[in-house]
Amino acid sequence: MTEATPASRRRPLAFLGRFALIGVWAVMIAGFSLAMPHVFLSWANFTAMFGSSAPAAVLAIALIIPITAGDFDLSVGANLTLSACIIGVLNAQHGVPIGLAIVVAITAGALVGMLNAVFIVGFAIPSLVVTLGTSSLLMGIVQWLTNSATISGISAGLVDAVVGLRVLGVPLAFFDVIVLAVLGFYVFEFTPLGRRLLFVGLGREVARLNGVDVGRVRGGALVMAGLISAVAGVIYAGVLGSSDPSSGQNLLLPAFAAAYLGATTIFPGRFNPIGSVAAVYFLATGITGLTMLGVPLWATDVFNGAALILAVLISQVARGRSVADLV
Amino acid sequence: MAAGPEPLLAIRNLSKTFGGVRALDGVDLTVAPGQIHGLLGTNGSGKSTLIKVLAGVHAPDPGACLTLKGRDVELPLHAGAFRKLGLSFVHQNLGLIPSLSVLENLRMSSILGGAILGLDWRMERRAAAETIARFDLGLDLEGLVADLSPVDRALLAIARAFEDLKHGDGRGVLLLDEPTPFLPAAGVRKLFGLMRSIAAGGSSAIFISHDVDEILEITDQVTVLRDGRVAGSRATPGSSRDDIVQLILGRRVEIAAPAQATKPSAQAFRLSLKEVSGGALRGVDLQVAPGEIVGLTGLIGSGYADLAEFVFGARRAQAGRMDFDGVQDLDLSMQTPRGSIARGIAFVPADRPRAGGAGRLSVADNMMLPSLDQFFQGGVLRRRRLLERARDLGARFDVRPNRPQLNFDALSGGNAQKVVLARWLSRSPRLLLLEEPTQGVDVGTRQQIFAALREEAAKGMSVIVASTDYEQLAAICDRVLIFRRGRVQESLTAPGLTKDAIATACYAETAGADQGTT
Repeated sequence: MTEATPASRRRPLAFLGRFALIGVWAVMIAGFSLAMPHVFLSWANFTAMFGSSAPAAVLAIALIIPITAGDFDLSVGANLTLSACIIGVLNAQHGVPIGLAIVVAITAGALVGMLNAVFIVGFAIPSLVVTLGTSSLLMGIVQWLTNSATISGISAGLVDAVVGLRVLGVPLAFFDVIVLAVLGFYVFEFTPLGRRLLFVGLGREVARLNGVDVGRVRGGALVMAGLISAVAGVIYAGVLGSSDPSSGQNLLLPAFAAAYLGATTIFPGRFNPIGSVAAVYFLATGITGLTMLGVPLWATDVFNGAALILAVLISQVARGRSVADLV
Repeated sequence: MAAGPEPLLAIRNLSKTFGGVRALDGVDLTVAPGQIHGLLGTNGSGKSTLIKVLAGVHAPDPGACLTLKGRDVELPLHAGAFRKLGLSFVHQNLGLIPSLSVLENLRMSSILGGAILGLDWRMERRAAAETIARFDLGLDLEGLVADLSPVDRALLAIARAFEDLKHGDGRGVLLLDEPTPFLPAAGVRKLFGLMRSIAAGGSSAIFISHDVDEILEITDQVTVLRDGRVAGSRATPGSSRDDIVQLILGRRVEIAAPAQATKPSAQAFRLSLKEVSGGALRGVDLQVAPGEIVGLTGLIGSGYADLAEFVFGARRAQAGRMDFDGVQDLDLSMQTPRGSIARGIAFVPADRPRAGGAGRLSVADNMMLPSLDQFFQGGVLRRRRLLERARDLGARFDVRPNRPQLNFDALSGGNAQKVVLARWLSRSPRLLLLEEPTQGVDVGTRQQIFAALREEAAKGMSVIVASTDYEQLAAICDRVLIFRRGRVQESLTAPGLTKDAIATACYAETAGADQGTT
C-alpha cells in the first residue's frame, strides 16, 4: 500500500479536455463561416462581439473569485445593473462628472460585496440564499433609482473609452477584459493569496488548521466579486451608452456558464480567469452565429442553459466523479 | 440443547479473514432472553468485525451458524436484513437527525417505510407518546433533537432501536455499540434503567463498552474477545473487576504497577498547562520539557484526545491557562491555529482526508501551505523553487513517489502522513502535536515517522502524541499520561513504560471514582 496511484491512471480525457473547448470553438467558427461566409466571417462581426461581450467576460471573472473560495455569488448580475444605473442617474440625470460617477458605482459594488460577506461569513448563512436575496434587493433599488426606465445620455467620454476607441478595430473594452484576466491569472497562480483561496475552497478545514484566516479570505473574495461586477457595470453602461435597469440580470447565467465552461479548459478542474474569458467568447460566438442563421431569440437562453449544464457534466466526467464537488 | 430457555441469539464458529489476517476466529456467542450481555475487548480484538457481520456489512467465512429466536439464519446476512430478523443497532453516533423533532426521529422507520402518500400523523403521534410514556423519557414530541441533552439523545436512540424490534413477537436483540463514553455518570444510570426495562420484557441487549465498571454494573453475562477469539465468557455476578480486566488483557494485572510521577526538572518547561477544561477534560495540568516526547492516552471519552486540539486552537477549550516558550499565562480558550503556528506550534490531525491535506491540490502546495510567503519574492510566487523545496523535503522524508506536482489524494495514507509531517518539521516547530500519527500507516512508514520524530526531539522539539496505539506510545514516548474520566490519573516513565503497563493503566479503576457533573 506504499505505492501511490500512478499518474497514468489519471484520465486521458482530462488532457484532451484541456483544449476541447478551443477545438469546439474552432469547429463552430468554421461551421458558421461556411454557412454564412459574408455575414459571419467578417472582422467587423468579430470586433463587435469582442466589445459587446466584454461586460459578461468581466462578470465571469468576478464570479470565479468567490466560487474558488467555495461560495456562490448570485448577486453579481444585479450588482452590474446597479453599477450601470448609478452611472446613468448620477452622470446623465444629475450631471455628476463621469469620473466621480464611476468611483461611486464601484464603491457601491464593493459595499454590496461586503454586505454579502457579513451574512455569509459573519452569520454563516449559505451563500446561495444570501446572494439570491441581495440580488432581488438590488434589483428593487435599481427600479426605484431609475423609475424602471432606461436612462440615456451617458457621457460620450465613457462610451468612447469603452467601445469608441479601437485598436485594429477592436474596442478598448476587450483590452480591459484581457488586462483583468491576466491580472486574475497572476493572483490565482502566482501569489500566496491565490493558493490560499484554493485551499479555502477545496479544503476549508485544512486551510484553517494551517493558519489561513478563512473568514477574511472568503469575505475578501466576496468584496472583490462585488467590486469587479461593478466594473463590469461601468463597461456595460459604456457599451450601451445608456443605463438599462433590467437587461443586466440576463448576464448572470452566461457568466455562470462561462465560469464552469472555463473550468473545463486551460487548467481543467480549476476556475480560471483566462478559461472563463475564452468561454464567454465561445458562448457569444455560438449565439451570434445562431442569431444570424435566423434562429429565434429564445434559442439564446436554451444555448446558455445547456452550456452551463454540459460544462458541469464535462468537468465531472473528466475527473471521474459521481458527486458534484465543483463547490 | 442445554437447560434453560432457548437463546434469542446464538452464534457458532464465526470466523472472518481479511486478506490472510483472521479478524475473528471461531467465535461463539449465546445471548439468553432478557439478558444484558457485555461484549468487551481492546481495539482490534474483533468486536467491530463481529458487529459488522451481524449488520450485514461483512460476509463471514464459510462454516458459521447463526440462530435468531430459535431459527437458523442463512449467512451472510443481507445489508439491512437484521431488522426483520429482530436485531437492532445503536451506534456511537446514535443515528439521529438533529434538525428533526423527537416524534419524527422516534418514528423514522415507520414514516420512511410507510406508504408514499397518506402519512397517519395521529397514529404516529400516539405510538410515539406511548413509547415516551412507557420508558418515562419525559420528552416533548415536538421538540427538536438538536435541543436535547446528550443523555436524552442516547435514551431516544435506544428507545427507538427497541421500538424497531416490534415486528413478530416483539422480542429481539438490541446491540448497543459504546453509547455511553461521552455521557456523565447520572446519564449512564438513566440509560441503564432503560436497558433494564427493555430486558424485563424478554428482549436482550448486547452492550459494548470499554468501561469495566459499567459492564459490571449492568450486564448479566460478559464475553471478552481477544485477538479475534473468545478469551472467556462468564456470568457477571461473582466476577471481579480484576477477572474481567485479566480476560481483556490476557494476563494477571499487577496492581503494584507504580504510578511513577517522576517529573522532569521543574526549571525549563517549554509548555505548561493549568486547569484545562472543555470537551471531556475537567481541570488538567501538564508540563512538557524541551526535547521531551509525551504520550496522552486513555479509553474513548476519557479526554486524552481533546488536549492537543485545545493547545493548538483547532477547537476552543472552555478554560485553561498556558505558558509556552517564555510567554506567560496565555488564555487557552482564545487560541487560534494561526496564532499557534506563529508561536511555533504545529498540529498533525487524526482526520487526515478532511483536515490533513486538500486532496485535489498538489502535494507541493499541501506541503508548503503554511510557508507560502517564503516563496513570494519580487511580487511572484516562485513556483519552481516551491516545487524544488517540496521535492527536497519529499526525498528527506521518503515520500513515494516523490513527485510534488501530483495531487495529494494520489498518495497512500502513509505517504500522505509523511507529507503532513514534512510540512511542519521543515518549519522547525518548538512543539509538535500529533493525533493518532500512524493510523492507517504501514509498518515501514511507521518506523520512518518514529525516526523523524526522535531526530527532531533530540534537537529540542517538544512532542505530544495523543493515541490509543499502546505499542507505539511505548516505543516513542519518554512519558505517557493516562487519562481517565477527564483527568490525568497516571504517569508512566521509562522502566515501567511498556505496552502492557499502558493497557493495564487505561483499564485501571479510578480512585474515588469522582464522577462530578458535566
